[in-house]
Amino acid sequence: MESSGAEILLESLMREGVEVIFGYPGGVITDIYDKLPSTKIRHVLVRHEQAAVHAADSYARASGKVGVVLVTSGPGATNTVTGIASAYMDSVPLVVLTGQVPTGVIGNDAFQEVDIVGITRSCTKHNYLVKETEKLAAIIKEAFHLASFGRPGPILVDLPKDVIARKAEFRYPRKVKMRSYKPTYEAHPKQIRKAFELMLQAKKPVILAGGGVISSGAHRELKTLAEKMRFPVTTTLMGLGGFPGTHELWLGMLGMHGTYQANMAVAACDLLIAIGARFDDRVTGKLDEFCPDAKLIHIDIDPTSIKKNVDIHVPIVGDCRNALVKLLNLTAKEFKDRVRGGASDHRAWLRQIKAWRETYSLKYDQAKDGPIKPQYVVEEIYRLTKGNAIITTEVGQNQMWAAQYYHFTKPRTFITSGGLGCMGFGLPAALGAQIAHPKKLVIDIAGDGSIQMNIQELATAVENKLPVKVAILNNQYLGMVRQFQEIFYNKRYFATSLTGAPDFVKLSEAYGAVGLRAEKPSEVTPVLEEALRIKRPVLIDFRVEQEECVYPMVPAGAPITNMLLA
Amino acid sequence: MMQNERRTISVLVDNEPGVLSRVTGLFSGRGFNIESLSVGETLDPTISRITLVTTGSPPIIEQIIKQLRKLINVIKVVDLTETEFVEREMLLIKVRAEAASRAEVLRIVDIFRCKVVDASPHFYTVEVTGSESKIQAVLDLFTPLGIEEIVKTGKIAIARSKK
Ligand SMILES: Cc1ncc(C[n+]2csc(CCOP(=O)(O)OP(=O)(O)O)c2C)c(N)n1
Repeated sequence: MESSGAEILLESLMREGVEVIFGYPGGVITDIYDKLPSTKIRHVLVRHEQAAVHAADSYARASGKVGVVLVTSGPGATNTVTGIASAYMDSVPLVVLTGQVPTGVIGNDAFQEVDIVGITRSCTKHNYLVKETEKLAAIIKEAFHLASFGRPGPILVDLPKDVIARKAEFRYPRKVKMRSYKPTYEAHPKQIRKAFELMLQAKKPVILAGGGVISSGAHRELKTLAEKMRFPVTTTLMGLGGFPGTHELWLGMLGMHGTYQANMAVAACDLLIAIGARFDDRVTGKLDEFCPDAKLIHIDIDPTSIKKNVDIHVPIVGDCRNALVKLLNLTAKEFKDRVRGGASDHRAWLRQIKAWRETYSLKYDQAKDGPIKPQYVVEEIYRLTKGNAIITTEVGQNQMWAAQYYHFTKPRTFITSGGLGCMGFGLPAALGAQIAHPKKLVIDIAGDGSIQMNIQELATAVENKLPVKVAILNNQYLGMVRQFQEIFYNKRYFATSLTGAPDFVKLSEAYGAVGLRAEKPSEVTPVLEEALRIKRPVLIDFRVEQEECVYPMVPAGAPITNMLLA
Repeated sequence: MMQNERRTISVLVDNEPGVLSRVTGLFSGRGFNIESLSVGETLDPTISRITLVTTGSPPIIEQIIKQLRKLINVIKVVDLTETEFVEREMLLIKVRAEAASRAEVLRIVDIFRCKVVDASPHFYTVEVTGSESKIQAVLDLFTPLGIEEIVKTGKIAIARSKK
């Protein structure tokens, strides 16, 4: 029996275990939408295609599964590009299905035609234009395989209208056959041995964990290794939650807005063990002065990440978890005689770190009747949720305060646009995370600028009964840019003031959600408590201190020890 | 600053539309330079071979090779510069050949074992194949005679068979 391309597509998605699609319909994909209700797949209708991708991205990060997006050709497809680029930079497994005009008119500037395969070539891990219905099932299988195998990333599949309409035999391949693309999962034992020897000799070791620790599920191994060796741990923004933010070995985040002790420790260390981190310039600061005296070990599944920005002494290509398990085997075997035998005595280093820690770099003063400090709002969110919420963020100061003042103890609980840093991420991301974890509390920590980039998704939240909370740290500025103007441009504020914003409380109510406001420090806790009680989408407008800055701050391009502390 | 090196890289790829632009897009997107590029089918019609010449510091070359390996349609990448290899490119050159200079053109053709592939009252078109240095030498000799037009292929290269 033959099936249509649309049926083949949907059947293939079900074979891949897809439970939810984030999408937006259009002319060329109506055949697929016609068949969707007769499957077990849930469809979430967003209000903008960019939001569909962010939601699917966050669903993938929160759940560990592959996120799926379905949009139409032309404008539907181009609206996804920012979301795809964000997922690509943060190595998130996605399959993005775009409609396309019929194969016969491709290239003829047909109505709603764009070359989305060409447009997204440099921001997808791979992409396909399906030309024959017969090949559709195999391509979908391959797309899911590629999305999550090796370094994860977004895969785009472009589906011409006639390919979806035509009929073919449905045969779902059991296995993916590819003659190229064979990522190395097994870390090489010789390199592991070399790394271990360096670890034993180190007098001033630091572990730097990135997003790879979370996506490979290596957080437990990381904790065990750090505790066994008594190595202090810092993470990148993407690595937050990969190591408990309440642990005694925790240094705090590294980089431009990293803690004093993390930046000092990395600059002075004699061994840096980077795990699933890619040495973004926001993390390294000025490269020449980035841990100049250290030997570097770098574990990453993607060989292109290794030695891209910094020179590495022991490169280990492989899955982070695999490498850590192997390192732990060595520690277990040789623990008594070598580790405990004093070979890795770095007590002086830990004392030094303790001394650095005494420069409390994360501090602020909340005056009783002064304006609300945004940091205070984040700390209260942490206190009231006991660290058990999933936090998504927008981009800017709000993102950094969330990273600094909410203490993440579990992986997949901090979801943010790290690599691309794209405003408008947080609210759709909150929806995706809430769908992945219906019982968990999901909070978008937002800025008044960013939230206006995808605020229409409040409608999606209301319609789908997703009880997400949006905490706007409303400083009436594009705060992060205003901070730059304050510090580096002598307070010449231009194009960063956000007067003319809507009344967020009324706007939220207009969408059918709940709107709350806090204007004084004494209102922060009651308003948050009320929001947490309400089982519906709630948006809270926190009127915070307008000209608060994020500290510590390393000026772009300066060494990471050049911290402005307040 | 590290010294720039010139590398000849051979890339086996799936013979599919769009693959070449993935490869060249990788170069342009990262600001890497391609000096020469040639593509053709291999014995297996589903596989094409791209030969490309590029320059960069050793870390850049290492990135280029790793990035090429990362492309899903790339089957194999070999840096030929690390082995012994044979290379050729081809030049078609239209050179002025009036009565006075005809004999000179033919003499050069003879010395360099080139071929005259077209003739007209005023021009000879000459085919030259060989290494880069040979092609340069022929060009240098023809220049004073008056070159009307040239067209060059990219370089193709193959590893020497093992002894
Ligand atoms: C789509 C997009 N456009 C512009 C920027 C540049 N940018 C980075 S932070 C920022 C300000 C964000 O303001 P807001 O959302 O109010 O957050 P705040 O910094 O005040 O917390 C801007 C404009 C960006 N990151 N993304």
